[in-house]
Amino acid sequence: MSATSWAWLVLLFPLLGSVVTALGFRLLPGRTAGLVGTVAIALSFACGVALLVNLLGDPAESRHHASSLWDYASAAGLDIKLGIFVDPLSVFMVLVVSGVSTLIHLYSYSYMASDAGYNRFFSYLNFFVFSMLLLVLAGNFVILIVGWAFVGFASYALISFWYSRETATRAGMKAFVINVVGDVGLVLATILIFRELGSFDYGQVFATAPQHFQTNEWTVVAICLLLLVGAFAKSAQLPLHTWLPDAMEGPTPVSALIHAATMVTAGVYLIARTHVLFDLAPTAADIAAFTGLATLLVAGSIALVVTDLKRVIAYSTMSQIGYMVIGVSIGAYSAGLFHLMTHAFFKALLFMAAGSIIAAMANRQDIDRMSGFGRAMPFTAVTLIIGSLALAGFPGTSGFFSKDEILSFASDRGGIYTILAVGGYLGALITAIYSFRLVFRILPGEPCPEARHLIETGHVVHAEPVNPATEEPEDTGIGFPGPEHHIAEQAGGMRIAMSVLAALALVGGVVQIPGVDDVIGKFLEPSFANSPLAAIHPSTSDEWFGLGIGSIVSVSGIFVAYLLYVARPGSTAVLIERLRPLHSFLFNKWYFDEAIDILVVRPVLAVGSFANRTFERLVVDGIVNGTVDLVRGAGGIVRTVQSGFVRSYALLLVSGFAGLALYFLVTSS
Amino acid sequence: MVEVCFFLGAIGALGGAIAVVGFRNPFYSVLALIVHLFSLAGLFLLLHSEFVAAAQIVVYAGAVMVLYVFVTAYVGGAEESAWEPIPGQRLLAPLMGAALFVELSIAVLGSSLKALNGEGPEIPLGFGSPAAIGRLLMERFMVAFEAASMLLLLAAVGAVVLASRRDRDHPPAAEAERGERQDGILREPSEPSTRAAV
Amino acid sequence: MAAEWYLVLSALLFAVGAVGVLIRRSLIVILLCLELMLNAGNLALVAFSRMLGDQDGQVFALIVMVVAACEVVIGLGLIVALYRRRLPLDVDDLRELRG
Repeated sequence: MSATSWAWLVLLFPLLGSVVTALGFRLLPGRTAGLVGTVAIALSFACGVALLVNLLGDPAESRHHASSLWDYASAAGLDIKLGIFVDPLSVFMVLVVSGVSTLIHLYSYSYMASDAGYNRFFSYLNFFVFSMLLLVLAGNFVILIVGWAFVGFASYALISFWYSRETATRAGMKAFVINVVGDVGLVLATILIFRELGSFDYGQVFATAPQHFQTNEWTVVAICLLLLVGAFAKSAQLPLHTWLPDAMEGPTPVSALIHAATMVTAGVYLIARTHVLFDLAPTAADIAAFTGLATLLVAGSIALVVTDLKRVIAYSTMSQIGYMVIGVSIGAYSAGLFHLMTHAFFKALLFMAAGSIIAAMANRQDIDRMSGFGRAMPFTAVTLIIGSLALAGFPGTSGFFSKDEILSFASDRGGIYTILAVGGYLGALITAIYSFRLVFRILPGEPCPEARHLIETGHVVHAEPVNPATEEPEDTGIGFPGPEHHIAEQAGGMRIAMSVLAALALVGGVVQIPGVDDVIGKFLEPSFANSPLAAIHPSTSDEWFGLGIGSIVSVSGIFVAYLLYVARPGSTAVLIERLRPLHSFLFNKWYFDEAIDILVVRPVLAVGSFANRTFERLVVDGIVNGTVDLVRGAGGIVRTVQSGFVRSYALLLVSGFAGLALYFLVTSS
Repeated sequence: MVEVCFFLGAIGALGGAIAVVGFRNPFYSVLALIVHLFSLAGLFLLLHSEFVAAAQIVVYAGAVMVLYVFVTAYVGGAEESAWEPIPGQRLLAPLMGAALFVELSIAVLGSSLKALNGEGPEIPLGFGSPAAIGRLLMERFMVAFEAASMLLLLAAVGAVVLASRRDRDHPPAAEAERGERQDGILREPSEPSTRAAV
Repeated sequence: MAAEWYLVLSALLFAVGAVGVLIRRSLIVILLCLELMLNAGNLALVAFSRMLGDQDGQVFALIVMVVAACEVVIGLGLIVALYRRRLPLDVDDLRELRG
């Protein structure tokens, strides 16, 4: 079978899974929907592996194939096909997405088992995977936009999965609205591309762009900036990032899959895919890189102080994506994508562990209430530690190699990019601190009441269901998955998934040890062969130097966290007291939500209410009602003719006849 | 001589017409119309149409007007009220009538009729005689003749149906109340007027 | 006499009949005025028949007379029916057909 046939199969299975679970919504008993969904994605992953093998069979230069099913729109100069494009970049993304998705589906099979909306969950989740695969396999900008929009919808549907909970629906709407802003940017960019280059197809666009555009010509810069709007909205970078913390209202597997491993990486993929355009617009690329740096630092600083477990991990996602954005913006494409891969592993693992802990805590997510889980949940504790080590970039873990590869590339390019490198190392320090903040808060120490209950009885504690964000009581079945909570120690599916991810998080870095092997880089090289930046390669010694700095940073961060939380407990309280204004600034997320509210939301609402009060009432209603009144008035006037008096009718008759006779007399004379 | 006869007939016709419109009592209007019809018959004679003149007198003035007389006697000539409910009718009606007359006169007296010889063409003997008209009716206008007969039949049947007395509407004793019905003011009918007529 | 005299007379009679229909309120008088208009038409027809030397006009006038007779019959039948049902015989009071 050809490569593109495997690619179509990769797309087919999740779609089938989604449709089957959707149609069999009431028919599929028990956990069958979960089985169907997981098997669908597993098949998709298998086809992805087959696709990889097939692609490796081609010589390196010709590892790109396009295929289309039928013409989507073919008229008046438009030629859009329902087409896909298979090359190393898309295959890489397919494998990461489908692989991590399979594990998360396996996790959800057990985790969501007693949720009332189990079938719906798997239908949405499969649909999401389908859309994400469509996005990465798209062969032209139109299909990319289709996949982009579907992913946005799936995200909305899954964030508001527990739709009876008002905070969840509001978070879903917030995510969707910000997503739409990104969509607008993407669509405008596509229109500009079409206007300048006359095609939507990747092959044609990327071939003709270097000839058509001068470097830093304003059109190509505009295109790239619009693409960045889309990328930043999807990947939760400043200033379009405010939706990601709120998106933690969704179930934990959703956070793991969408808001850690896959959807938020779509922006990174977009920049990597359109790197030809970014090479022609270095200004835009620099803007992207520095926005990534800003996000990295801002998100990291917030993660140091927030107390909701999932939100800490969300901010760390935002921060790590900042690294990826830096990577693909400065030309370190394979490094950025390598970090995407390892991040998917350890972030999904972290979310899974968090889900297990939240289950044990009976839906409470406040880390101030958690302690002593190291004894209560050993397996979860180990996975949490492994994930945090990888996140912090502890030497030897996968995160270590991937993060530092980006930073050494940055310092190798020199010039202003050294700022990126320095900022990146600072961010790495902060990352290490907050990731082990979690570890040292939750795991050691006196077991909290929930943990003690677990240790003593072996069962998860049962508490009144409460909205974790607002602490209001809710009905059962609205919020947390059903009345039963599943923790990793008791659910096989969860354990398998977490073990695989833990293994990958630990050893996944071996594929890209500097000086030893360069699997990812070599694999992705054909996709980026046409970029001048890809030729830059830091020397091995430079890379090991960077790795050295990275390990020092990471270990010192862990040590600082140890000091603050284990050796001298209570020191954080003292710090908060002394730096109260700073603490509340960080705790309120740098007041971004409030700023957006004042700058954007209120003016728009004001315009809307103005339009409603004046324009709508006066102009539109005026026209409509005015027309009605006019017609009614005219009708009233005409109605007076129908008086019922025969004699007036006769008079009209005679008058008409006289008039007619007059007319004929006049015209005949 | 012809002119004198013409003017006599014309004055009679016109006078009768104005009298029809002018008299308050409908009975007098009926009589005025009879005078008018006789005058017209005279004019027809002047125009060499004996049969039409005779028919006018026998049929029109004889039968139709007698019918009018009967019905007016039965219904009773009620005086009309003087108040005019339709605004402007009393003004516009004569105006429109006058306009009509003027326009028709202009049309008649216009140039197109100058082509006609003042005295008319030579007409054969027997022009307008019963024999000639009869031949025309039987030969050329057979269809019209039969259609007219059909129409007469329909009208007769229709009139019988319309004016027939239905026992449930008006028992004979109600006829005595007719004496009170001399004013033309609207009174509530004792039977609902929306009852199906047939 | 030239044709125009008869025709102008016919026009005048027609106008008088029209004004009568518009002015009078009694049903019977309205029907009488309709007769006036029909007869005016007859006069015109016969005048033309004489002036053109063609007897078709007279036949036409005869048929008009037949039609007028039928119409009178029906009209008077209606008046009798109205009278029988104690409805007013004033055309301004019979105005249920209105918008």
